Amino acid sequence: MWITAIAATIQLIAAIGKGRVGLVDWTRCDSPNVMTAAPPLIAFAHVGKSFDGGRGATPVVAVNDVSLDVAAGELLAIVGGSGSGKTTLLRLANRLIEADSGSITIDGEDVRKIDPIPLRRRIGYVFQSGGLFPHMSVADNIGITPRLLGLSAAEIASRVDELLDLVRLDRTQHRDRLPHELSGGQRQRVGVARALAARPRIVLMDEPFGALDPLTRDALGDDFRDLHRKLGLTTIMITHDMTEAILLADRIAVMRGGKLLAQGTPAELSNSDDPYVGELLRTPRRQAERLNVLLPRDGAA
Amino acid sequence: MSVFSDPRWSEALAHLPDYLGNHVRVSVTALALGLLVSLPLAILSRHRPIMRGALLGLASIVQTVPGLALLALFYPLLLALAALSLSWFGFGFSAFGFLPAVLALALYSMLPVLRNTITGLQGVEPAILEAAQGVGMTERQSLFMVELPLALPVMMAGIRTAAVWVIGTATLSTPIGQTSLGNYIFAGLQTQNWVFVLFGCLAAAVLALAVDQLLALIEIGIRERSRLRAALGGIGIAALVAATLVPSMARWQSGYIVGAKTFAEQYVLSALISQRLRAAGFSASSREGLGSNVIFDALASNDIDVYVDYSGTLWANQFHRTDIRPREELLGELKATLAQQKITLLGELGFENAYALVIPRKRAEALGIHTIADLAAHAADMSMAADYEFFSRPEWAGLQKAYGLAFRTQRQMQPDFMYAAAASGEVDVIAGYTSDGLIAKYDLVVLDDSKHAIPPYDAIMLIAPKRASDSALRQALAPLLDKIDISDMREANLRAAGGDGASSPDAVARWLWERIGKR
Repeated sequence: MWITAIAATIQLIAAIGKGRVGLVDWTRCDSPNVMTAAPPLIAFAHVGKSFDGGRGATPVVAVNDVSLDVAAGELLAIVGGSGSGKTTLLRLANRLIEADSGSITIDGEDVRKIDPIPLRRRIGYVFQSGGLFPHMSVADNIGITPRLLGLSAAEIASRVDELLDLVRLDRTQHRDRLPHELSGGQRQRVGVARALAARPRIVLMDEPFGALDPLTRDALGDDFRDLHRKLGLTTIMITHDMTEAILLADRIAVMRGGKLLAQGTPAELSNSDDPYVGELLRTPRRQAERLNVLLPRDGAA
Repeated sequence: MSVFSDPRWSEALAHLPDYLGNHVRVSVTALALGLLVSLPLAILSRHRPIMRGALLGLASIVQTVPGLALLALFYPLLLALAALSLSWFGFGFSAFGFLPAVLALALYSMLPVLRNTITGLQGVEPAILEAAQGVGMTERQSLFMVELPLALPVMMAGIRTAAVWVIGTATLSTPIGQTSLGNYIFAGLQTQNWVFVLFGCLAAAVLALAVDQLLALIEIGIRERSRLRAALGGIGIAALVAATLVPSMARWQSGYIVGAKTFAEQYVLSALISQRLRAAGFSASSREGLGSNVIFDALASNDIDVYVDYSGTLWANQFHRTDIRPREELLGELKATLAQQKITLLGELGFENAYALVIPRKRAEALGIHTIADLAAHAADMSMAADYEFFSRPEWAGLQKAYGLAFRTQRQMQPDFMYAAAASGEVDVIAGYTSDGLIAKYDLVVLDDSKHAIPPYDAIMLIAPKRASDSALRQALAPLLDKIDISDMREANLRAAGGDGASSPDAVARWLWERIGKR
């Protein structure tokens, strides 16, 4: 079964590689038209952030004059290596970190004017390798934000069951388990469920599938993609993996050294003349070609 | 036949409700106070490195002060505070027993609690903290819902350590007037009653273990979210406290409190006084093992009602007099000085317990030493031992000045072991007590103080200010005055050091009464 999945992936990557297919006609036929839609839901405008490098050291510039719009309903992937500033940019959006310069608006409202606590409660956040509270059961982890918002125990319980179904975990089997009793993939599903618990419009994901094995990762990515569409979410996803970004995102933003190098659909990116963007795209292309050669085609469209 | 048929076991057991009850009360209060202070401090300091360093440093310094000294320091401190509060706000409080013990022990409990709470909170992974922020917790919610629950096992380990320390150290609160399991140990050591020493140690150890295990139960209960276990642990602790409270509450009577210092003669005399009071139909309890300087202040501030002191001790230590007066003159002046503090000097018991330089008879004869002046010529080659306070007392300064005494070495020793050490030649000279029965037992001689460098030490009965006009009390104690001569007291002391069933202070006091009561 997994051979089929890989093969499908290969075909897709190969297609992009050859510039033959715009991805639009594959899964994204229902995506909003990004360019012409109403004002962006999330907008970064000339945002800068540097960190104190410790006593006497020069400050490290993590985010350098980044402007980036995310339209409602869009799934944007931010791709970059470690130290590129991608995670910092994400944290600026729900004020886990405060920006030094520029402005960030959500639904037209400057985040600096919003109390960070309610702001965070209405934005879902999926942490790298889950970030689940180790002393709380799956149900308590998922129900945490509704609980902070003051929902009744009964409302929380029914919401938790709903979410367990949504992320395809068995209710009775998983509800009362502790995080350490789950597999990596299950933990990340719980992480996604927790982020969605308070019915946010926006979800921020920090390398959500990074620590998973390729098959789990693939399945989870697809599942999330479906959820994103079904729930009408607006998602920013951080990843260091260009292949993952191409497969899941509507648009991709490439960051390096705190700067935004390029942004656009995979097809648009493949036309970029930036050498680093080209390098990032070369890896999936080469992988696709090699896999193409090494694996026989079956089930080709 | 067995060791447990020794009557001292049942005597020890009879004291258990009182001693254990007081011990639990003082330990639990101290631990609760310690937690109440340490936990918020540790939580406040978690994001403040300077405060954290200062706190841990202070707590560590407190920990290096020996428990006995820490407890002893709190008594004069509180006494001064009580006097201050009385003159400023018009109300005083008792600086004796419970309060200083609780404060010192609470201070003692702080280091493990502070250190483990801080370590536990710092041990929470940054990723988890960020997740707590990310899901929308306030700082307070993050602390109570995430950080504290995750730090709990480490914190509980600290609390358990503190509990065991406090229960162990509480045995040292006896000398400042807090009844505790330490009463067994102090009394046992002074009267060579090893059954008491053992009993006290065992009782303290069992109590510490029990509390430790109950706390462990609570910890597991909280960690595994088993309400049952946490509740069992809590009920256990509550039951322990209740069980030790009830019997001592029942005994909480407004009877007379008889004080005793830390040596066998005092235990016997305090037992004798208590027996007389009970015989006269009063209830009486005792505060034993009190430090020499604590006991007088305790009487002056009405924390105890009656005790036996020695004229020379008060003269030199309490009133800092360096002049030596003839016996009658000294007593007269002492009575007047005490009256200024509204303390009644009821009268003398009839014997003297003076410090005296003592050496083995054979050695004295061989060297031709009869007086302290004779000894001075040989002193440079000799070693000397005395109890813990002698070398810092004015009598020693007086002796040195009068006779030019300078020994090769000076050692401090547990008084009970001194006489045997002199007899075996381990030390050459000891500063013994004239009423000690061991002088005769080990064939030692008391050297003549021909220059009267040591003041007279008549045993005198003192009565607290609030009992000054209590004629019933005077009447009950009158039969003891001028009845006990030095040979009675020496034999009583020798009996008290006998180390068998008949050597308990109570038994010896009964023997002494039989001997003197008909006079």
